[in-house]
Amino acid sequence: MKKLYFREEWCVGCGRCEVACAIEHSESKHPVISYFFEKVRQTPRIIVERKGNISFANTCRHCEEPDCVNACISGALYKDLSGKILYDPAKCVGCYSCIMACPYGAIMKDLNRKERKQIVKCDLCNKREGGPACVEACPNRAIVFEERGE
Amino acid sequence: MKFTFSLKPENFIIERDDERCIRCGACVQQCAYNAHYYLEEKDKVLGINHNCVGDGRCVAICPTNAIRIKQAENPYRPNYNWTKERMMDLYEQAENGTVLLVGMGAPTPHPVYWDKIVLNASQVTNPSIDPLREPMEVKTFLGSKPDKIEVVFDKNHKPEIKTRITPQLELEVPIMFAAMSFGAISLNACKSLAKAASEMGTFWNTGEGGLHKDLYKYGKNTIVQVASGRFGVHVDYLKAGAAVEIKIGQGAKPGIGGHLPGEKVNHEISVTRAMPEGSDAISPAPHHDIYSIEDLRQLIYSIKEATDYEKPVFVKISAVHNVAAIASGIVRAGADAVVIDGIRGGTGAAPKIIRDNVGIPIELAIAVVDERLRKEGIRNHASLIAAGGFRNSADVIKAIALGADAVYIGTAALMTLGCHVCGMCYKGICNWGIATQRDDLTKRLNPEIGAERAKNLLKGWKHEIQEMLGAMGINSIGSLRGNRLNLRAVDIHEPYLSILGIKPAGA
Repeated sequence: MKKLYFREEWCVGCGRCEVACAIEHSESKHPVISYFFEKVRQTPRIIVERKGNISFANTCRHCEEPDCVNACISGALYKDLSGKILYDPAKCVGCYSCIMACPYGAIMKDLNRKERKQIVKCDLCNKREGGPACVEACPNRAIVFEERGE
Repeated sequence: MKFTFSLKPENFIIERDDERCIRCGACVQQCAYNAHYYLEEKDKVLGINHNCVGDGRCVAICPTNAIRIKQAENPYRPNYNWTKERMMDLYEQAENGTVLLVGMGAPTPHPVYWDKIVLNASQVTNPSIDPLREPMEVKTFLGSKPDKIEVVFDKNHKPEIKTRITPQLELEVPIMFAAMSFGAISLNACKSLAKAASEMGTFWNTGEGGLHKDLYKYGKNTIVQVASGRFGVHVDYLKAGAAVEIKIGQGAKPGIGGHLPGEKVNHEISVTRAMPEGSDAISPAPHHDIYSIEDLRQLIYSIKEATDYEKPVFVKISAVHNVAAIASGIVRAGADAVVIDGIRGGTGAAPKIIRDNVGIPIELAIAVVDERLRKEGIRNHASLIAAGGFRNSADVIKAIALGADAVYIGTAALMTLGCHVCGMCYKGICNWGIATQRDDLTKRLNPEIGAERAKNLLKGWKHEIQEMLGAMGINSIGSLRGNRLNLRAVDIHEPYLSILGIKPAGA
């Protein structure tokens, strides 16, 4: 299965992947409208970790044996047939067990959703043509989407 | 933000469309000149116009296109004589009393003759050629060509060439990447150019910065330079390249040496240049072993001896007043190619006053050198390579029609890697990861992408050259070389017409 891989040596830390992710998961898919005018401002499913000269993007690895799915008490996280780890907000009870279980820190609290506790996680831009939005937004090919047969 | 008194007003105005700014902070994070900052308590991104150099990194990186950079007008009273630039330079010097430094080629309004030269095309009396349907040769060989070719026949009447041909460089396209050292530009920029050159079957040039160990694999497509500082020159280096270039001068700073400040000389550069880490890399203005053509001949033959006569040796000079006589001397000294760099040639750092006032335009230099070498009957002894401000394929083809064999492109090549000609190369904090050695900035240039883009430029120009040749009804670039009848001048007057050796349009 094609997955996202991050190349620390080329990450410039600009954070365009975060913006692209938030836009892609918004209703309007418009950079300005989605930020200012939508009911819920999207939380990026990818975050850029920065320290000094080093930076890299970080998001879900879609693990073969996902700790988050095992930790999920309500069945909101599941692995689909293709191997993607997906999230069903309707089933989520907001216990944040998955956040604690994820060894990569790739699951984020959805702090913009005030009505109840939820999480956000990468869905590899499930239905998007042309693959994940972050890959296209990266100015330096620091995120690649490829099959490495792991 | 410092609050100091200065007579210098800002050069650029950062305009931010607050309705589009989504506070992602990319501009703040990306600007090495600190021209943007985020005011957290008000949730606003603000600009510091004084710090802006107009290199467009923020404009390119902003995901919502919220930023515009505008050139600031002079708030004082400039006039035709005291332009904004001259006023700024004066204020700058009044503050610090130094030689003004600049990067990039001269932006001065010296006439660009390329724009006043037009090309011919075939109509009715001779057919034009479609390069997509018929063969169109742009392959070029650089090196000394024999006066005649002697052919002998063996017993079976099979012909055999008896003349020994001296080593030649084979170029798939008559465009090479100009000398830019590892030090002046980043290793990633060198890697991009080296990879692009090797994939396109042309050459890149090390400049005088030596050859980094990661770049030896591109040796077949490398021209190694020997300049007055002799940095990183050793026998493996000479043998690694396909040709050796002795650099006497550079178009941006004729008669001036080089100075790579010690803070740029990091571990990798110190190893590559064979010099102590953190010490200034100073290239003397002249080669102190070359004070005459005879001395130059000694160095040329020392290099030929060291490389077993397997590599052509180029000599690069800047275009100056007696360029034709000097070029003739260089050819007679045994050089396989003469490289001439015109007044618009680029640089990583040069005194502004030199860059803008010393040297002659490359168009005139090509014309006089080609003419002189022909008259003396030694044009075939060396190839002629032109450099200095080539902007597009039309400039290249006009240079070839004037008599050049090939051209070097420097600034144009860097632009494919992201250069926005802001001219701040000498500051060493290039936002595009080109003219810098700072780790967080050099990583912004991924050589995978850089090589593809540089290669695309050569591919595009090659196609355009083929199209222009086809329009002229010529099917090989060799037939255009020095063929000035295919050029006409618009708005060029005597004596420049006769120096260029072309007719006015209509004649």
